[in-house]
Amino acid sequence: MLLIQCPYCQEDRPEIEFQGAGEAHIARPANIADISDAEFSEYFFIRDNTKGIVFERWRHTHGCGRFFNAVRNSISDKFIMTYKAGEPKPELTEEQIKAAAPISKKPAADKPEPSPSKAEKAK
Amino acid sequence: MDDVLQIEPLAGRRFAATGIALEPAPFCERFSLRAGPEEVAEVGKEIGIALPVKPKSSKTLKKISALWLGPDEWLIMAAPETGLSAKMSKLDGTLCSAVDVSHRNTAIYVEGPNALAVLNAGCPQNLSLTAFPKGACSRTIIGKSEIILLRESPERFRVECWRSFSDYVWNFLVDAGKSAQI
Ligand SMILES: [Zn+2]
Repeated sequence: MLLIQCPYCQEDRPEIEFQGAGEAHIARPANIADISDAEFSEYFFIRDNTKGIVFERWRHTHGCGRFFNAVRNSISDKFIMTYKAGEPKPELTEEQIKAAAPISKKPAADKPEPSPSKAEKAK
Repeated sequence: MDDVLQIEPLAGRRFAATGIALEPAPFCERFSLRAGPEEVAEVGKEIGIALPVKPKSSKTLKKISALWLGPDEWLIMAAPETGLSAKMSKLDGTLCSAVDVSHRNTAIYVEGPNALAVLNAGCPQNLSLTAFPKGACSRTIIGKSEIILLRESPERFRVECWRSFSDYVWNFLVDAGKSAQI
């Protein structure tokens, strides 16, 4: 079971107590009545859906009930950190990013290595 | 309050097996209390119990219990004779929200050396005495139902659940109790 650190309960709690609530740090435009439909739909519907480091809102629904923010690697599903709602977007260190990276299986996937048997034959 | 209708959906039920006993808790008055950090002290003074501010902690004084549920949320419970409603009405001039949820919830006592195993059959939290000592409380889940768990002693827990879920929670605990003895 995945454990998530709740910044309000100040401890790791089982994932099943939480609900994800989409991308974090989306500011509602101050001039909401003046913006065009396209701009509104951009703000309201369009999300980055990043592959890799994501900043998300989570809610400790079956716990303290509070919304908070989390930084997660969407490939490895590892949480880098969580912080209280309203706090600024944190700067991540290289180590934090590296620690949450998925376990890499050799070089890039778009250039597959020759299979071992082929490599053997080439020798 | 004398005119409080006392609904006890699990009245009459009992269950006991090796190392485990289940019993519906008697009716009590309950309030869902919300208050900001600036009002906490004042609210506590008015109702006569200092509200716990540490996560997962509770305080019981003169048969009134205050359970920390969130940074600005508490469950206040007391036996009917303590006159909790009258105390809560003293909060009139204080910025807070106190909602009577006496009938929304009901409670089950889970007691015995197997209590931990029975609860952990459906509750994902660490209930060891170090992580969840006597007096610890938390909103969490059991099976598919949300509950509020309060540890009254090392082997005695109070499980608060919504009234309409109480039949499910009771039967879940009974099933767990039957398998705990195998
Ligand atoms: Zn929490």
